Amino acid sequence: MEPAIRIQPGKERQVLVCRGTGCESQKAKVIFDNLEKELDKAGLSGSVETKYTGCHGFCQQGPTIMVMPAGTFYCNVTPDDVAEIVETDLKGGKPVERLLFLDPKTKDRVLTFRDMRYFNPQRRIVLRNCGFINPEDIDDYIAVGGYEGAKKALSMTQQQVIDNMKASGLRGRGGAGFPTGMKWEFANRSVADQKYIICNADEGDPGAFMDRAVLEGDPHSVLEGLIIGGYAIGATKSYIYVRAEYPMAYERTLIAIDQAKKKGYLGKNIFGSGHDFEIKVKLGAGAFVCGEETALIASIEGKRGMPMPRPPFPAVKGVFGKPTNINNVETLANIPVVMTKGGEWFASTGTEKSKGTKVFALAGKITYSGLVEVPMGTPLREIIEEVGGGILNKRKFKAAQTGGPSGGCIPAEHFDVPMDYENLTQLGAIMGSGGLIVTDETTCMVDMAKFFLTFTQKESCGKCVPCRLGTKKMLEILTDVTKGKATLEDLDQLVTLAEDVKNGSLCGLGQTAPNPVLSTVRYFRDEYEAHILKKECPARVCVRLIKFQVNPDKCKKCGQCASACPADAITWKKKEVAQIDSEKCIKCRSCILACRYNSID
Amino acid sequence: MDDKLTLTINGISVRGKKGQTVLEVCRENGIKVPTLCFHPKMPPYGGCRLCIVEIQNMRGLPPSCTTPATDGMNISTHTDRLFRVRRTVLELLLAYGNHNCLMCEKNGECELQNLVYEHGIDSVRFKTTFAPKPVDDSSSMIVRDPNKCVLCGRCVRGCLSVQVNGVIDIAARGSDSFITTFNGGLLNDSNCAFCGECVASCPTGALTPKQSHFKGRPWELKKVQTTCTYCGVGCQLELNVKDNEVVKVTTDPDLGGPNKGSLCVKGRFGNDFINHPDRLKVPLVKKNGSLQESTWDEALKIVADKMGSIKKKSGPDSLAFFSSARTTNEENYLVSKFARAVIGTNNVDHCARL
Amino acid sequence: MTNSIEELENSDVILLTGSNTREMHPVISSFIKRGVVSGKTKLIIADPRRIDLVDFADIWLRQKPGSDVAWLNGLMHVIIKEGLYAKKYVEERTEDFDALKKAVSTYTPERVEEISGIPAADLIAAARLYAGAPAAAIAYAMGITQHINGTDAVKSVANLSMLCGNIGIESGGVNPLRGQNNVQGACDMGALPNVLTAYQSVTVPEVREKFAKYWGVKSLPEKPGLTIVETIDAAAKGQIKSLFIVGENPMISDPDLHHVEEGLRKLDFLVVQDIFLTETAKLADVVLPAACFAEKEGTFSNTERRVQRVRKAVEPPGEAKADWEIISEIASRMGYKMKYANAEAIFDEMAKITPSYAGMSYARLENGGLQWPCPTADHAGTKYLHKEKFVRGKGKFHAIEWIPPAEPTDSKYPLVLITGRVLSQYHTGTMTRRSEGLNGLAPECFVEINPIDAQKLGVANGEFVKISSRRGSISAKAVVGETTDVGMVFIPFHYFEAAANNLTIAALDPQAKIPEYKVCAVKVEKVA
Repeated sequence: MEPAIRIQPGKERQVLVCRGTGCESQKAKVIFDNLEKELDKAGLSGSVETKYTGCHGFCQQGPTIMVMPAGTFYCNVTPDDVAEIVETDLKGGKPVERLLFLDPKTKDRVLTFRDMRYFNPQRRIVLRNCGFINPEDIDDYIAVGGYEGAKKALSMTQQQVIDNMKASGLRGRGGAGFPTGMKWEFANRSVADQKYIICNADEGDPGAFMDRAVLEGDPHSVLEGLIIGGYAIGATKSYIYVRAEYPMAYERTLIAIDQAKKKGYLGKNIFGSGHDFEIKVKLGAGAFVCGEETALIASIEGKRGMPMPRPPFPAVKGVFGKPTNINNVETLANIPVVMTKGGEWFASTGTEKSKGTKVFALAGKITYSGLVEVPMGTPLREIIEEVGGGILNKRKFKAAQTGGPSGGCIPAEHFDVPMDYENLTQLGAIMGSGGLIVTDETTCMVDMAKFFLTFTQKESCGKCVPCRLGTKKMLEILTDVTKGKATLEDLDQLVTLAEDVKNGSLCGLGQTAPNPVLSTVRYFRDEYEAHILKKECPARVCVRLIKFQVNPDKCKKCGQCASACPADAITWKKKEVAQIDSEKCIKCRSCILACRYNSID
Repeated sequence: MDDKLTLTINGISVRGKKGQTVLEVCRENGIKVPTLCFHPKMPPYGGCRLCIVEIQNMRGLPPSCTTPATDGMNISTHTDRLFRVRRTVLELLLAYGNHNCLMCEKNGECELQNLVYEHGIDSVRFKTTFAPKPVDDSSSMIVRDPNKCVLCGRCVRGCLSVQVNGVIDIAARGSDSFITTFNGGLLNDSNCAFCGECVASCPTGALTPKQSHFKGRPWELKKVQTTCTYCGVGCQLELNVKDNEVVKVTTDPDLGGPNKGSLCVKGRFGNDFINHPDRLKVPLVKKNGSLQESTWDEALKIVADKMGSIKKKSGPDSLAFFSSARTTNEENYLVSKFARAVIGTNNVDHCARL
Repeated sequence: MTNSIEELENSDVILLTGSNTREMHPVISSFIKRGVVSGKTKLIIADPRRIDLVDFADIWLRQKPGSDVAWLNGLMHVIIKEGLYAKKYVEERTEDFDALKKAVSTYTPERVEEISGIPAADLIAAARLYAGAPAAAIAYAMGITQHINGTDAVKSVANLSMLCGNIGIESGGVNPLRGQNNVQGACDMGALPNVLTAYQSVTVPEVREKFAKYWGVKSLPEKPGLTIVETIDAAAKGQIKSLFIVGENPMISDPDLHHVEEGLRKLDFLVVQDIFLTETAKLADVVLPAACFAEKEGTFSNTERRVQRVRKAVEPPGEAKADWEIISEIASRMGYKMKYANAEAIFDEMAKITPSYAGMSYARLENGGLQWPCPTADHAGTKYLHKEKFVRGKGKFHAIEWIPPAEPTDSKYPLVLITGRVLSQYHTGTMTRRSEGLNGLAPECFVEINPIDAQKLGVANGEFVKISSRRGSISAKAVVGETTDVGMVFIPFHYFEAAANNLTIAALDPQAKIPEYKVCAVKVEKVA
């Protein structure tokens, strides 16, 4: 991948400081201020441009600094490191070795982002500008070709724009994967005095943050997507529904709208086209269900965020009863590129039915977590082993959970599956918004199902009975399983109930809430049975089923457990099997996590 | 334009009209689809998942109450798949509530009870840890028992969409959801107008009229439709009678009249004066400066004699009659006739101006 | 009402005045509110009090009590001046437009502001909104009528409605909201001193002859009789010697109660027929126990002219009897044979001689009743009046001048008193004060007072105060709030122990003889 790099004329180099939410939480602002001070001190202000950016996705190694045009990538930078970077690199022309990225496989320091295994296999369309432009400066966006797509769209007919979108094969990135071009066509065909296009930025899946990254790092791409979509369907009004937990995304979106208005890109007669378009930002109140289209509409209308059955679909009767088209942030960020480079170009990436790229949020038992954007159809193995650096602590890959609380898992036997909509659905997992949680043998699949169900059960709006009470009952059974109190009849009831909740619920939340349960029962029924029949948690996660005894047959007498124990409950002498004092043990599982040989039962 | 639709329901071809929902078409054609959150006066909700149907070429199990009927739809209303979900829904409701019909005012006219019976449920699969919540007994008119609430939202929609008062709403989320007043206080401390729309809308025993508690089971009550005795709207209501006592007022949108099933606090909860011990039961006649119990014969004789003699002595225009805006047309007609034809005076009026 | 209640839900504009609908006619208010929240209806409220419905209003005009004719004329002034009136309708269906035009010509928004306190700009906005609506309804109640110029105000309302072509159309019209279950019916039945059933005048010889013949008497009296307030006056003067009261409680409901008591005590003979021993019944020589609505058959006519059945649900207590049975027996004892098998027989007799009811029968009233006029047995009843043509032919405009209220405030009695009702009580409280739930919601009298006046008087919310007029005084709890304006107090009249009508003035409208309940001068004092 090679992002568009634009260095201010007259300057030789450019230093990019990531100020996404992750880096900002680790003093990125202080780093940026220090940088300007140090450059000034070193007399380099005239030749080195400084710029802060949004998130490029590699949050785990943040705060990060990049030096352009070389592309030198510094990780885990502290405010105190800045002086050294200025002195050694910018002044001395040598990289600060200790801050360079350490390749997990070769154990070598890697100089530039281009050479990093994390970035190298990626192909960035959505995140094309994230980490490279200043999100609070519209000119930066324009300089890398921003708003060209909107201009082009406005010079075409609505049908041409829709046809181009259909040709691209772009499908909604919010989860359901509905073809965007068709969605636009439906909304376009609805006749009304007012139509709306809405950006769904109510990203709620635990662990997923690609929408936040886009709004924080490249908000204009979303505005441009809305302008194009609004024109295509005939909407002159638009909302961006951002969850309140994303204050920085909210702020930067407001700044972007303000700048676009001043340029005449929003408001009356945008780009002199005769087309009017305005965007308002609506702050969500932190309800997961408001990511569901009809609940989101209710919330925008000022009502309690509860879904309504469809039909009528929003394209016919949406916000304030008017035809409404809702697209997700990631979808919208694709659109300017689809316009400028053409639908065919976009469709050349990906698989037969899943075009373009997908951003995944890597998390769990993986070496490098963060956002990665890869072509649709990239095998799971490649994402985990190449981009993500493999499983932590050389443990064994067990399964990948995709699609968050609505999704399911991909077990090891399908490790090579090409990641696209069809394959994932077939495996009982879903693409969802792109959450990808990696598990190893220390992950209990019952516990993971319980984790997701706890989430959905809490986030159920309570409107329909299957979701409101069915998920509650399911959670009660799962909790019993993790406590060793369940029977095989309970497991049967769990599965039957899961099917009824799936079939009977009103909206996507309830219809998909049972997926983590159904999927883990499908692939890991033995784990459930171990909990039920043997009163045993094979991954040793469910505390109530752990004996906290060292298995002398497995113990390698290394003493890692004893040093990890915070309660001094483990006695260990060299070349002896460790002993756990059950009186002192607080069951915190530190020993289990520390033991590489799975020798604590 | 032709607004007629032809649909197939359970293999039978039926007619419907454009703009109708699938449920409306079913009902019009005599096909009974179970419902709980549906109420004909209110916007559809789609929450209870009992009126779900299967429709060819449509994903999932759409609720018939919200799904618009379209031409050529092929609908099944009673498949095994539907029955299974409906039964689970009902069992879940039973598992997470206090639905003991023996101790419920609504026994015999409870929609949940009927549905459970119709689905042949004789035991509940789910064992739960249901913890009862306190009952709001604060008002002298409405008792709110959250443990019998199925969160169908009919009370909320009745309050907001029908009466446009918006006193109650659903609070919290998921299985913690409950019906609340503003700020979560007692009903009596809220700005409730006590119109009782919520009580009339509630399908279970969650909202009941307090005055009628233990005054009669539904099957013991005789319902007599009449016109409300208060303001000039002329609301139609049903007096529920047991043992010659009005114990409750009910309504039904089908009663006709201007109110379409709605009432205000007076019509719904203000009829206990009928049984008040202070009611006049015998004629009273003033004797030695105080009113004393008398007989009809004596009292009427005094009235006829006295009015007769005054008319004779001072002429008909020395007598006057106040008729009443609270008695019937027939009675007003008779008072006028009496004054004019019997006495011979036009001195007759009533409180129209007061 | 010229129109029907349900039509209000579809009006484009509703001008609501002198009606606290949400408390007095809650069910009608829900029709109005539904129209407003659906976005269909724009609501204009003209009321001196900040009633609950103001929350739903697009424009609220807060007029000074007693200024209704002025602001109504002001609206018409603007509408005519800006050419917004229904010219074709006025030309084709009305007469005397020029007289109206002349009369309202002096009611400029500025002058109206002086009289009513309504800002000129608001008046103009309201005029444009009302006149711009395809179908605009006016709904009003006693706030318009209970004034010495109440008849004038009603005529002004009719003028305004006709001016914009709103009479005789669906969801338009002039709609008085009647406060008692059968006040419409009592009027229809001729329980009025000047008319027989269906407003057939006693002064018309043919009418008298027709009725005399029908009733089997030689003749009927031709001189119009006395109204209630006039009767009380005449009793006090000794001219009325016998009074027969059926289900009325003038000892609470009538103005200037000291005067009422004086009149009643002066009578030679007072009969009260009621369901409870009311304050009035206590003064009677004979009290006759009557059945209440739940204990008898009959019909009520509601505010939209809908005649509906009343059905017997329970037996009356003790020996109590239906009013019609009692009246019949007295008549028979006085030598006029009055014997009816049941209420239906009376209805049938009445319907035959009452043109607007002629097509009705109990059988036809079964499903939802019928709205008069219903002249023939195959007539479906009338949803709204004056469709295509006014009953009298052409709609007549009346030139009306505003007159000030009878009792202006002065330094001794500086506050205007408005009386009225509250939601959970009804009229003189005979029924509601004996209903546990209803009485519990509003168990005692109160006086609403503006915070500014309260502060001046040193009165805190919930404190007892003494309210006095030239005619009497009562004490009640002060409710301090913004509902009433500065210089104004409101007291509900339901409470015998603090009867607001001890304070009110028996000043009458010369035509309708309605007392001016909505304006009299009072003072409020802190009770030590």
